[in-house]
Amino acid sequence: MVSPSLHATPTARDTAPALVTVRGLGIRYGAKVALQGVDLDIRRNEIFGIIGPANAGKTSFLRALNRMDEFVPHMQIDGTVTFAGRDVRTIRNLYALRSHIGVVFPLPVGLPLSIYDNVALSPRLRGERSKAVLDEIVERCLRRAALWDEVKDRLQGLGSLLSGGQQQRLTIARALSQEPELLLLDEFSIAVDPVTTMRIEEVLKELRRELTIVLVTNLVQQARRLADRTAFFLGGRCVEITPTERMFSGGATDPRTADYLEGRFG
Amino acid sequence: MSAILFIAGIFLFIGSQGMEFAWNRLSITELLFGDRWEPTADPPRYGAWPLIAGTAWITAVAMLVAVPLSFAAAIYVGEFAKGKQREWLKVLIELLAAIPSVVWGVIGLQVMGPILQSVFGLQSGLNVLNAGIILGLMAAPIMTTIAEDALKAVPESYREAAEALGATRWQVVRKVVLAHARPGLSAAVLLGIGRAFGETIAVLMASGHRLMPPGSVFDSAATITATIAAELGEAAVDGDHYQVLFVLGLVLFLITFSINLLADWIVRGRRRA
Repeated sequence: MVSPSLHATPTARDTAPALVTVRGLGIRYGAKVALQGVDLDIRRNEIFGIIGPANAGKTSFLRALNRMDEFVPHMQIDGTVTFAGRDVRTIRNLYALRSHIGVVFPLPVGLPLSIYDNVALSPRLRGERSKAVLDEIVERCLRRAALWDEVKDRLQGLGSLLSGGQQQRLTIARALSQEPELLLLDEFSIAVDPVTTMRIEEVLKELRRELTIVLVTNLVQQARRLADRTAFFLGGRCVEITPTERMFSGGATDPRTADYLEGRFG
Repeated sequence: MSAILFIAGIFLFIGSQGMEFAWNRLSITELLFGDRWEPTADPPRYGAWPLIAGTAWITAVAMLVAVPLSFAAAIYVGEFAKGKQREWLKVLIELLAAIPSVVWGVIGLQVMGPILQSVFGLQSGLNVLNAGIILGLMAAPIMTTIAEDALKAVPESYREAAEALGATRWQVVRKVVLAHARPGLSAAVLLGIGRAFGETIAVLMASGHRLMPPGSVFDSAATITATIAAELGEAAVDGDHYQVLFVLGLVLFLITFSINLLADWIVRGRRRA
Protein backbone atom coordinates (compact mmCIF):
# COMPACT_ATOMS: atom_id res chain seq x y z
CA MET A 1 0.00 0.00 0.00
CA VAL A 2 1.11 3.51 -0.71
CA SER A 3 0.53 5.83 2.20
CA PRO A 4 -1.61 8.83 1.24
CA SER A 5 0.94 11.26 2.68
CA LEU A 6 3.29 10.36 -0.13
CA HIS A 7 1.06 12.15 -2.58
CA ALA A 8 -0.18 14.89 -0.30
CA THR A 9 0.15 17.82 -2.68
CA PRO A 10 0.39 16.48 -6.18
CA THR A 11 -0.99 19.61 -7.80
CA ALA A 12 1.58 21.90 -6.19
CA ARG A 13 4.32 19.56 -7.25
CA ASP A 14 2.99 19.21 -10.76
CA THR A 15 3.30 22.90 -11.40
CA ALA A 16 6.74 23.36 -9.83
CA PRO A 17 9.52 23.90 -12.39
CA ALA A 18 11.39 20.75 -13.31
CA LEU A 19 14.85 20.25 -11.83
CA VAL A 20 15.91 18.05 -14.70
CA THR A 21 14.54 18.12 -18.23
CA VAL A 22 15.53 15.49 -20.74
CA ARG A 23 14.77 15.91 -24.44
CA GLY A 24 15.53 13.44 -27.20
CA LEU A 25 18.17 11.70 -25.10
CA GLY A 26 20.03 8.93 -26.85
CA ILE A 27 23.03 7.00 -25.59
CA ARG A 28 25.28 4.80 -27.69
CA TYR A 29 28.29 2.70 -26.82
CA GLY A 30 30.11 2.58 -30.14
CA ALA A 31 27.55 1.06 -32.50
CA LYS A 32 25.35 -0.32 -29.74
CA VAL A 33 22.35 1.80 -28.84
CA ALA A 34 21.60 1.77 -25.11
CA LEU A 35 18.90 4.40 -24.98
CA GLN A 36 16.98 6.44 -27.54
CA GLY A 37 14.34 9.13 -27.74
CA VAL A 38 13.84 9.73 -24.05
CA ASP A 39 11.83 12.83 -23.09
CA LEU A 40 11.00 13.42 -19.47
CA ASP A 41 10.99 15.95 -16.65
CA ILE A 42 12.07 15.32 -13.09
CA ARG A 43 10.34 17.70 -10.73
CA ARG A 44 11.82 19.19 -7.62
CA ASN A 45 11.29 17.23 -4.41
CA GLU A 46 9.86 14.17 -6.02
CA ILE A 47 11.11 10.63 -5.98
CA PHE A 48 11.26 9.63 -9.61
CA GLY A 49 11.30 5.87 -9.96
CA ILE A 50 12.73 4.07 -12.98
CA ILE A 51 11.93 0.42 -13.37
CA GLY A 52 12.62 -2.02 -16.16
CA PRO A 53 14.45 -5.24 -16.95
CA ALA A 54 18.20 -5.53 -17.40
CA ASN A 55 19.68 -3.67 -20.39
CA ALA A 56 16.77 -1.27 -20.48
CA GLY A 57 19.16 1.69 -20.31
CA LYS A 58 18.44 2.68 -16.70
CA THR A 59 22.04 3.00 -15.54
CA SER A 60 23.08 4.69 -18.78
CA PHE A 61 20.36 7.24 -18.12
CA LEU A 62 21.85 8.06 -14.71
CA ARG A 63 25.30 8.37 -16.21
CA ALA A 64 24.05 10.97 -18.64
CA LEU A 65 22.57 13.05 -15.82
CA ASN A 66 25.83 13.74 -14.01
CA ARG A 67 28.09 13.38 -17.04
CA MET A 68 29.90 10.27 -15.89
CA ASP A 69 30.32 9.31 -19.53
CA GLU A 70 34.06 9.86 -19.52
CA PHE A 71 34.53 6.69 -17.48
CA VAL A 72 33.03 4.59 -20.22
CA PRO A 73 35.03 4.42 -23.42
CA HIS A 74 33.03 5.18 -26.59
CA MET A 75 29.97 6.36 -24.66
CA GLN A 76 28.15 8.87 -26.85
CA ILE A 77 25.32 11.07 -25.61
CA ASP A 78 22.84 12.77 -27.96
CA GLY A 79 19.95 15.07 -27.14
CA THR A 80 19.80 17.53 -24.27
CA VAL A 81 19.74 17.20 -20.52
CA THR A 82 19.29 20.32 -18.45
CA PHE A 83 19.92 20.44 -14.74
CA ALA A 84 18.52 23.45 -12.84
CA GLY A 85 18.05 25.19 -16.18
CA ARG A 86 21.53 24.58 -17.59
CA ASP A 87 22.44 22.22 -20.39
CA VAL A 88 24.81 19.70 -18.83
CA ARG A 89 26.54 19.21 -22.18
CA THR A 90 27.82 22.78 -22.14
CA ILE A 91 28.83 22.95 -18.51
CA ARG A 92 32.58 23.48 -18.47
CA ASN A 93 33.10 22.72 -14.82
CA LEU A 94 31.93 19.12 -14.59
CA TYR A 95 33.22 18.89 -11.05
CA ALA A 96 30.86 21.62 -9.90
CA LEU A 97 27.97 19.85 -11.67
CA ARG A 98 28.79 16.54 -10.03
CA SER A 99 29.13 18.11 -6.63
CA HIS A 100 25.43 19.07 -6.87
CA ILE A 101 24.45 15.51 -7.73
CA GLY A 102 24.88 12.68 -5.26
CA VAL A 103 25.29 9.15 -6.60
CA VAL A 104 24.79 5.83 -4.86
CA PHE A 105 26.10 2.91 -6.88
CA PRO A 106 24.65 -0.64 -6.92
CA LEU A 107 27.60 -2.11 -5.04
CA PRO A 108 28.66 0.05 -2.12
CA VAL A 109 31.98 1.77 -2.67
CA GLY A 110 33.52 2.53 0.71
CA LEU A 111 36.57 4.52 -0.25
CA PRO A 112 39.81 3.26 1.33
CA LEU A 113 39.63 5.98 3.97
CA SER A 114 38.31 6.11 7.50
CA ILE A 115 34.55 6.35 8.02
CA TYR A 116 35.02 9.96 9.07
CA ASP A 117 37.16 10.81 6.05
CA ASN A 118 34.69 9.14 3.69
CA VAL A 119 31.95 11.52 4.78
CA ALA A 120 34.26 14.52 5.21
CA LEU A 121 35.81 14.08 1.75
CA SER A 122 33.30 16.10 -0.20
CA PRO A 123 33.18 19.05 2.25
CA ARG A 124 36.97 19.03 2.26
CA LEU A 125 37.05 19.11 -1.52
CA ARG A 126 34.87 22.22 -1.30
CA GLY A 127 37.58 23.72 0.89
CA GLU A 128 36.06 23.20 4.34
CA ARG A 129 38.88 23.03 6.90
CA SER A 130 37.27 23.67 10.26
CA LYS A 131 37.27 20.56 12.44
CA ALA A 132 34.12 21.66 14.25
CA VAL A 133 32.20 22.15 11.00
CA LEU A 134 33.42 18.84 9.60
CA ASP A 135 32.51 17.04 12.84
CA GLU A 136 29.03 18.47 12.61
CA ILE A 137 28.61 17.52 8.93
CA VAL A 138 29.86 13.98 9.52
CA GLU A 139 27.52 13.41 12.45
CA ARG A 140 24.51 14.94 10.70
CA CYS A 141 25.01 12.95 7.49
CA LEU A 142 25.66 9.69 9.30
CA ARG A 143 22.53 10.25 11.39
CA ARG A 144 20.42 10.98 8.32
CA ALA A 145 21.74 7.80 6.69
CA ALA A 146 20.78 5.83 9.84
CA LEU A 147 24.36 4.75 10.41
CA TRP A 148 25.53 7.03 13.23
CA ASP A 149 24.62 4.77 16.15
CA GLU A 150 26.50 1.84 14.67
CA VAL A 151 29.74 3.64 13.89
CA LYS A 152 29.97 6.60 16.26
CA ASP A 153 32.60 4.82 18.37
CA ARG A 154 34.83 3.87 15.48
CA LEU A 155 34.81 6.78 13.10
CA GLN A 156 38.52 6.35 12.46
CA GLY A 157 38.06 2.73 11.33
CA LEU A 158 38.35 1.95 7.63
CA GLY A 159 35.10 2.52 5.73
CA SER A 160 35.83 -0.39 3.44
CA LEU A 161 35.74 -2.80 6.42
CA LEU A 162 32.07 -2.16 7.20
CA SER A 163 29.44 -4.72 6.25
CA GLY A 164 27.72 -4.34 2.87
CA GLY A 165 24.60 -2.74 4.32
CA GLN A 166 26.64 -0.38 6.46
CA GLN A 167 28.86 0.56 3.54
CA GLN A 168 25.81 1.38 1.45
CA ARG A 169 24.52 3.66 4.18
CA LEU A 170 28.01 5.15 4.36
CA THR A 171 27.86 5.95 0.66
CA ILE A 172 24.46 7.55 1.21
CA ALA A 173 25.90 9.62 4.06
CA ARG A 174 28.76 10.56 1.76
CA ALA A 175 26.36 11.58 -0.99
CA LEU A 176 24.40 13.67 1.53
CA SER A 177 27.59 15.41 2.65
CA GLN A 178 27.69 16.98 -0.81
CA GLU A 179 24.40 18.70 0.07
CA PRO A 180 23.17 17.64 -3.35
CA GLU A 181 20.07 18.98 -5.05
CA LEU A 182 19.65 15.68 -6.82
CA LEU A 183 20.33 12.20 -5.50
CA LEU A 184 20.75 9.33 -7.96
CA LEU A 185 20.27 5.85 -6.56
CA ASP A 186 21.20 2.95 -8.82
CA GLU A 187 19.72 -0.28 -7.49
CA PHE A 188 21.05 0.59 -4.07
CA SER A 189 19.58 -2.44 -2.34
CA ILE A 190 21.31 -5.17 -4.38
CA ALA A 191 23.93 -5.82 -1.71
CA VAL A 192 21.83 -4.83 1.27
CA ASP A 193 19.74 -7.00 3.57
CA PRO A 194 15.96 -6.41 3.68
CA VAL A 195 15.92 -4.83 7.13
CA THR A 196 18.58 -2.29 6.17
CA THR A 197 16.79 -1.71 2.88
CA MET A 198 13.64 -0.75 4.76
CA ARG A 199 15.63 1.61 6.98
CA ILE A 200 17.21 3.27 3.96
CA GLU A 201 13.80 3.58 2.34
CA GLU A 202 12.52 5.41 5.42
CA VAL A 203 15.51 7.73 5.14
CA LEU A 204 14.71 8.42 1.49
CA LYS A 205 11.12 9.33 2.27
CA GLU A 206 12.43 11.85 4.80
CA LEU A 207 14.96 13.24 2.34
CA ARG A 208 12.33 14.07 -0.25
CA ARG A 209 11.50 17.19 1.72
CA GLU A 210 14.96 18.54 1.01
CA LEU A 211 16.02 17.17 -2.33
CA THR A 212 15.03 15.37 -5.49
CA ILE A 213 15.67 11.67 -5.90
CA VAL A 214 15.96 9.49 -8.97
CA LEU A 215 15.56 5.89 -7.93
CA VAL A 216 16.56 3.21 -10.40
CA THR A 217 15.42 -0.13 -9.14
CA ASN A 218 14.71 -3.60 -10.39
CA LEU A 219 12.45 -4.19 -7.43
CA VAL A 220 9.05 -3.19 -8.68
CA GLN A 221 7.66 -3.05 -5.17
CA GLN A 222 10.39 -0.68 -4.09
CA ALA A 223 9.32 1.81 -6.73
CA ARG A 224 5.75 1.32 -5.57
CA ARG A 225 6.69 2.08 -1.97
CA LEU A 226 8.82 5.13 -2.69
CA ALA A 227 8.27 6.78 -6.03
CA ASP A 228 5.84 9.59 -6.74
CA ARG A 229 6.00 8.90 -10.45
CA THR A 230 7.46 5.87 -12.11
CA ALA A 231 8.99 5.50 -15.55
CA PHE A 232 9.12 2.13 -17.25
CA PHE A 233 12.19 1.60 -19.43
CA LEU A 234 12.34 -1.25 -21.89
CA GLY A 235 14.92 -2.05 -24.55
CA GLY A 236 16.45 1.42 -24.52
CA ARG A 237 13.16 3.32 -24.64
CA CYS A 238 11.06 5.03 -22.04
CA VAL A 239 7.76 3.25 -22.49
CA GLU A 240 5.70 5.38 -20.13
CA ILE A 241 5.78 7.70 -17.16
CA THR A 242 2.82 7.47 -14.84
CA PRO A 243 2.06 8.49 -11.25
CA THR A 244 3.07 5.46 -9.25
CA GLU A 245 -0.27 5.02 -7.56
CA ARG A 246 -2.07 4.90 -10.87
CA MET A 247 0.51 2.65 -12.50
CA PHE A 248 0.18 0.08 -9.76
CA SER A 249 -3.58 0.17 -9.57
CA GLY A 250 -4.17 -0.94 -13.13
CA GLY A 251 -3.64 2.47 -14.73
CA ALA A 252 -0.53 1.69 -16.77
CA THR A 253 -1.02 3.16 -20.25
CA ASP A 254 1.08 0.60 -22.09
CA PRO A 255 0.23 -3.11 -22.00
CA ARG A 256 3.96 -3.98 -21.76
CA THR A 257 4.16 -2.11 -18.46
CA ALA A 258 1.30 -4.10 -17.04
CA ASP A 259 2.95 -7.31 -18.21
CA TYR A 260 6.21 -6.34 -16.54
CA LEU A 261 4.53 -5.34 -13.31
CA GLU A 262 2.75 -8.64 -13.17
CA GLY A 263 5.99 -10.48 -13.72
CA ARG A 264 5.22 -11.89 -17.16
CA PHE A 265 8.73 -11.01 -18.31
CA GLY A 266 11.93 -9.37 -17.04
CA MET B 1 59.61 -22.62 -1.52
CA SER B 2 62.34 -22.85 -4.15
CA ALA B 3 62.99 -19.16 -3.51
CA ILE B 4 63.68 -19.89 0.14
CA LEU B 5 66.05 -22.72 -0.83
CA PHE B 6 67.88 -20.44 -3.24
CA ILE B 7 68.28 -17.72 -0.66
CA ALA B 8 69.45 -20.17 1.97
CA GLY B 9 71.90 -21.64 -0.57
CA ILE B 10 73.34 -18.26 -1.49
CA PHE B 11 73.59 -17.35 2.17
CA LEU B 12 75.43 -20.59 2.97
CA PHE B 13 77.80 -20.22 0.01
CA ILE B 14 78.75 -16.66 0.87
CA GLY B 15 78.99 -17.55 4.54
CA SER B 16 81.19 -20.61 3.95
CA GLN B 17 83.63 -18.64 1.78
CA GLY B 18 84.17 -15.99 4.40
CA MET B 19 83.54 -17.86 7.59
CA GLU B 20 86.97 -19.12 8.56
CA PHE B 21 88.51 -15.67 8.53
CA ALA B 22 85.52 -13.94 10.03
CA TRP B 23 85.42 -16.45 12.82
CA ASN B 24 89.10 -16.41 13.76
CA ARG B 25 90.79 -13.14 12.93
CA LEU B 26 88.21 -10.49 12.11
CA SER B 27 86.77 -8.03 14.56
CA ILE B 28 83.17 -7.39 13.58
CA THR B 29 83.31 -3.99 15.24
CA GLU B 30 86.29 -3.04 13.13
CA LEU B 31 84.66 -4.34 9.98
CA LEU B 32 81.46 -2.38 10.53
CA PHE B 33 82.82 0.80 12.08
CA GLY B 34 86.54 0.93 11.26
CA ASP B 35 87.05 3.79 8.86
CA ARG B 36 90.09 2.54 6.97
CA TRP B 37 89.82 0.05 4.16
CA GLU B 38 93.41 -0.85 3.32
CA PRO B 39 93.41 -4.54 2.46
CA THR B 40 96.80 -4.45 0.73
CA ALA B 41 98.67 -2.42 3.33
CA ASP B 42 100.87 -4.02 5.96
CA PRO B 43 99.28 -4.72 8.32
CA PRO B 44 96.02 -4.77 6.31
CA ARG B 45 93.04 -2.82 7.65
CA TYR B 46 89.55 -4.10 7.01
CA GLY B 47 87.31 -1.27 8.16
CA ALA B 48 84.29 -1.26 5.82
CA TRP B 49 82.69 1.90 7.17
CA PRO B 50 83.81 3.97 4.14
CA LEU B 51 82.05 1.48 1.86
CA ILE B 52 78.92 1.26 3.98
CA ALA B 53 78.72 5.05 4.26
CA GLY B 54 79.38 5.43 0.52
CA THR B 55 76.62 2.96 -0.29
CA ALA B 56 74.19 4.71 2.04
CA TRP B 57 74.96 8.19 0.69
CA ILE B 58 74.68 7.17 -2.93
CA THR B 59 71.48 5.21 -2.32
CA ALA B 60 69.95 8.17 -0.49
CA VAL B 61 70.76 10.54 -3.36
CA ALA B 62 69.47 7.98 -5.84
CA MET B 63 66.13 7.79 -4.02
CA LEU B 64 65.86 11.58 -3.84
CA VAL B 65 66.13 11.52 -7.62
CA ALA B 66 64.13 8.39 -8.38
CA VAL B 67 61.12 8.65 -6.06
CA PRO B 68 59.74 11.99 -7.30
CA LEU B 69 60.62 11.13 -10.88
CA SER B 70 59.06 7.68 -10.90
CA PHE B 71 55.95 8.61 -8.90
CA ALA B 72 55.29 11.61 -11.10
CA ALA B 73 55.75 9.46 -14.19
CA ALA B 74 53.53 6.69 -12.82
CA ILE B 75 50.76 9.14 -11.89
CA TYR B 76 50.93 10.77 -15.30
CA VAL B 77 50.94 7.52 -17.25
CA GLY B 78 48.41 5.76 -15.04
CA GLU B 79 45.94 8.54 -14.28
CA PHE B 80 46.22 11.26 -16.90
CA ALA B 81 47.66 9.96 -20.17
CA LYS B 82 45.16 8.45 -22.57
CA GLY B 83 45.13 6.02 -25.46
CA LYS B 84 48.09 6.08 -27.84
CA GLN B 85 50.14 8.49 -25.76
CA ARG B 86 49.87 6.17 -22.80
CA GLU B 87 50.96 3.13 -24.80
CA TRP B 88 53.94 5.00 -26.23
CA LEU B 89 55.02 6.21 -22.82
CA LYS B 90 54.84 2.71 -21.41
CA VAL B 91 57.00 1.34 -24.21
CA LEU B 92 59.45 4.17 -23.69
CA ILE B 93 59.71 3.48 -19.98
CA GLU B 94 60.31 -0.20 -20.62
CA LEU B 95 63.04 0.71 -23.11
CA LEU B 96 64.68 2.92 -20.48
CA ALA B 97 64.61 0.03 -18.02
CA ALA B 98 66.49 -2.10 -20.53
CA ILE B 99 69.53 0.15 -20.91
CA PRO B 100 72.56 -1.87 -19.71
CA SER B 101 74.19 -0.55 -16.57
CA VAL B 102 77.58 -0.16 -18.22
CA VAL B 103 75.99 2.36 -20.58
CA TRP B 104 74.76 4.31 -17.58
CA GLY B 105 78.29 4.10 -16.20
CA VAL B 106 79.69 5.63 -19.37
CA ILE B 107 77.07 8.38 -19.20
CA GLY B 108 78.15 9.07 -15.63
CA LEU B 109 81.81 9.06 -16.57
CA GLN B 110 81.70 11.00 -19.83
CA VAL B 111 78.59 13.16 -19.64
CA MET B 112 77.47 13.72 -16.05
CA GLY B 113 81.01 14.00 -14.67
CA PRO B 114 82.13 16.97 -16.80
CA ILE B 115 78.73 18.66 -16.33
CA LEU B 116 78.91 18.45 -12.53
CA GLN B 117 82.54 19.46 -12.62
CA SER B 118 81.86 22.69 -14.47
CA VAL B 119 78.51 23.52 -12.83
CA PHE B 120 79.78 23.19 -9.27
CA GLY B 121 83.44 23.99 -9.96
CA LEU B 122 84.75 20.70 -8.62
CA GLN B 123 88.07 18.99 -9.08
CA SER B 124 86.33 15.80 -10.07
CA GLY B 125 82.80 15.24 -11.33
CA LEU B 126 82.91 11.62 -10.21
CA ASN B 127 81.27 11.73 -6.80
CA VAL B 128 78.28 10.79 -4.66
CA LEU B 129 76.03 13.20 -6.56
CA ASN B 130 77.00 11.78 -9.93
CA ALA B 131 76.58 8.15 -8.85
CA GLY B 132 73.33 9.01 -7.06
CA ILE B 133 71.83 10.72 -10.11
CA ILE B 134 72.91 7.89 -12.40
CA LEU B 135 71.52 5.27 -10.02
CA GLY B 136 68.33 7.27 -9.59
CA LEU B 137 67.83 7.43 -13.35
CA MET B 138 68.55 3.71 -13.59
CA ALA B 139 66.10 2.79 -10.86
CA ALA B 140 63.34 5.18 -11.96
CA PRO B 141 61.92 3.17 -14.92
CA ILE B 142 61.41 -0.06 -13.00
CA MET B 143 60.05 1.89 -10.03
CA THR B 144 57.67 3.66 -12.41
CA THR B 145 56.43 0.32 -13.70
CA ILE B 146 55.84 -1.04 -10.19
CA ALA B 147 54.22 2.19 -9.01
CA GLU B 148 51.95 2.25 -12.05
CA ASP B 149 50.91 -1.33 -11.31
CA ALA B 150 50.05 -0.23 -7.78
CA LEU B 151 47.91 2.59 -9.16
CA LYS B 152 46.27 0.26 -11.64
CA ALA B 153 45.31 -2.06 -8.78
CA VAL B 154 43.12 0.68 -7.29
CA PRO B 155 39.57 -0.27 -8.32
CA GLU B 156 38.04 1.98 -10.97
CA SER B 157 34.92 2.18 -8.79
CA TYR B 158 36.91 4.24 -6.25
CA ARG B 159 37.81 6.79 -8.89
CA GLU B 160 34.25 6.84 -10.16
CA ALA B 161 32.82 7.29 -6.67
CA ALA B 162 35.26 10.07 -5.86
CA GLU B 163 34.60 11.85 -9.14
CA ALA B 164 30.88 11.52 -8.54
CA LEU B 165 31.48 13.51 -5.36
CA GLY B 166 32.78 16.32 -7.53
CA ALA B 167 36.49 15.66 -7.09
CA THR B 168 38.85 16.69 -9.88
CA ARG B 169 41.22 14.12 -11.36
CA TRP B 170 44.06 15.47 -9.30
CA GLN B 171 42.00 15.44 -6.09
CA VAL B 172 41.00 11.86 -6.80
CA VAL B 173 44.65 10.90 -7.17
CA ARG B 174 45.74 12.73 -4.05
CA LYS B 175 42.95 11.82 -1.67
CA VAL B 176 41.91 8.36 -2.81
CA VAL B 177 44.25 6.64 -5.25
CA LEU B 178 47.50 7.32 -3.40
CA ALA B 179 45.92 6.35 -0.08
CA HIS B 180 44.90 2.98 -1.45
CA ALA B 181 48.08 2.36 -3.42
CA ARG B 182 50.43 3.11 -0.52
CA PRO B 183 51.64 -0.47 0.10
CA GLY B 184 52.37 -0.93 -3.60
CA LEU B 185 54.17 2.40 -3.75
CA SER B 186 56.29 1.41 -0.75
CA ALA B 187 57.16 -1.75 -2.61
CA ALA B 188 58.27 0.35 -5.56
CA VAL B 189 60.57 2.43 -3.36
CA LEU B 190 62.01 -0.71 -1.76
CA LEU B 191 62.67 -2.28 -5.09
CA GLY B 192 64.42 0.92 -6.07
CA ILE B 193 66.53 0.86 -2.93
CA GLY B 194 67.39 -2.76 -3.60
CA ARG B 195 68.39 -1.87 -7.15
CA ALA B 196 70.51 1.04 -5.94
CA PHE B 197 72.20 -1.08 -3.26
CA GLY B 198 73.00 -3.89 -5.60
CA GLU B 199 74.10 -1.93 -8.68
CA THR B 200 77.82 -2.31 -9.25
CA ILE B 201 79.43 -1.29 -12.49
CA ALA B 202 77.66 2.03 -13.05
CA VAL B 203 78.46 3.17 -9.51
CA LEU B 204 82.05 2.03 -9.81
CA MET B 205 82.42 4.22 -12.90
CA ALA B 206 80.51 7.26 -11.65
CA SER B 207 81.42 7.43 -7.97
CA GLY B 208 85.17 8.00 -8.29
CA HIS B 209 85.72 4.95 -6.08
CA ARG B 210 87.52 6.75 -3.26
CA LEU B 211 87.89 4.54 -0.16
CA MET B 212 86.90 7.18 2.36
CA PRO B 213 83.57 7.98 4.01
CA PRO B 214 82.08 10.90 2.03
CA GLY B 215 81.47 14.14 3.90
CA SER B 216 79.20 15.71 1.28
CA VAL B 217 77.58 14.83 -2.02
CA PHE B 218 80.54 16.39 -3.80
CA ASP B 219 83.01 13.89 -2.33
CA SER B 220 84.01 10.84 -4.28
CA ALA B 221 83.01 7.59 -2.58
CA ALA B 222 83.09 3.83 -2.93
CA THR B 223 80.31 1.31 -2.42
CA ILE B 224 80.35 -2.24 -1.07
CA THR B 225 79.40 -3.76 -4.40
CA ALA B 226 81.94 -1.79 -6.40
CA THR B 227 84.70 -2.74 -3.96
CA ILE B 228 83.87 -6.42 -4.22
CA ALA B 229 83.84 -6.22 -7.99
CA ALA B 230 87.08 -4.24 -8.17
CA GLU B 231 89.08 -6.29 -5.69
CA LEU B 232 87.87 -9.87 -5.83
CA GLY B 233 89.82 -10.63 -9.01
CA GLU B 234 93.06 -9.42 -7.46
CA ALA B 235 92.74 -11.06 -4.06
CA ALA B 236 94.45 -14.39 -3.50
CA VAL B 237 91.85 -17.16 -3.34
CA ASP B 238 91.11 -18.15 0.27
CA GLY B 239 93.40 -15.43 1.58
CA ASP B 240 92.22 -12.96 4.21
CA HIS B 241 91.41 -10.29 1.66
CA TYR B 242 89.46 -12.75 -0.47
CA GLN B 243 87.49 -13.92 2.52
CA VAL B 244 86.74 -10.49 3.87
CA LEU B 245 85.18 -9.57 0.53
CA PHE B 246 82.78 -12.46 1.02
CA VAL B 247 82.02 -11.18 4.50
CA LEU B 248 81.21 -7.86 2.83
CA GLY B 249 78.83 -9.71 0.58
CA LEU B 250 77.20 -11.10 3.68
CA VAL B 251 76.90 -7.60 5.13
CA LEU B 252 75.24 -6.45 1.91
CA PHE B 253 72.92 -9.41 2.07
CA LEU B 254 71.98 -8.65 5.69
CA ILE B 255 71.37 -4.97 4.94
CA THR B 256 69.00 -5.66 2.05
CA PHE B 257 67.34 -8.40 4.09
CA SER B 258 66.69 -6.07 7.02
CA ILE B 259 65.43 -3.30 4.73
CA ASN B 260 62.91 -5.74 3.33
CA LEU B 261 61.87 -6.90 6.79
CA LEU B 262 61.53 -3.33 7.97
CA ALA B 263 59.46 -2.39 4.96
CA ASP B 264 57.27 -5.42 5.36
CA TRP B 265 56.73 -4.46 8.97
CA ILE B 266 55.90 -0.86 8.09
CA VAL B 267 53.43 -1.89 5.40
CA ARG B 268 51.71 -4.40 7.67
CA GLY B 269 51.66 -2.04 10.62
CA ARG B 270 50.03 0.68 8.56
CA ARG B 271 47.42 -1.67 7.27
CA ARG B 272 46.47 -2.82 10.74
CA ALA B 273 46.14 0.74 12.04
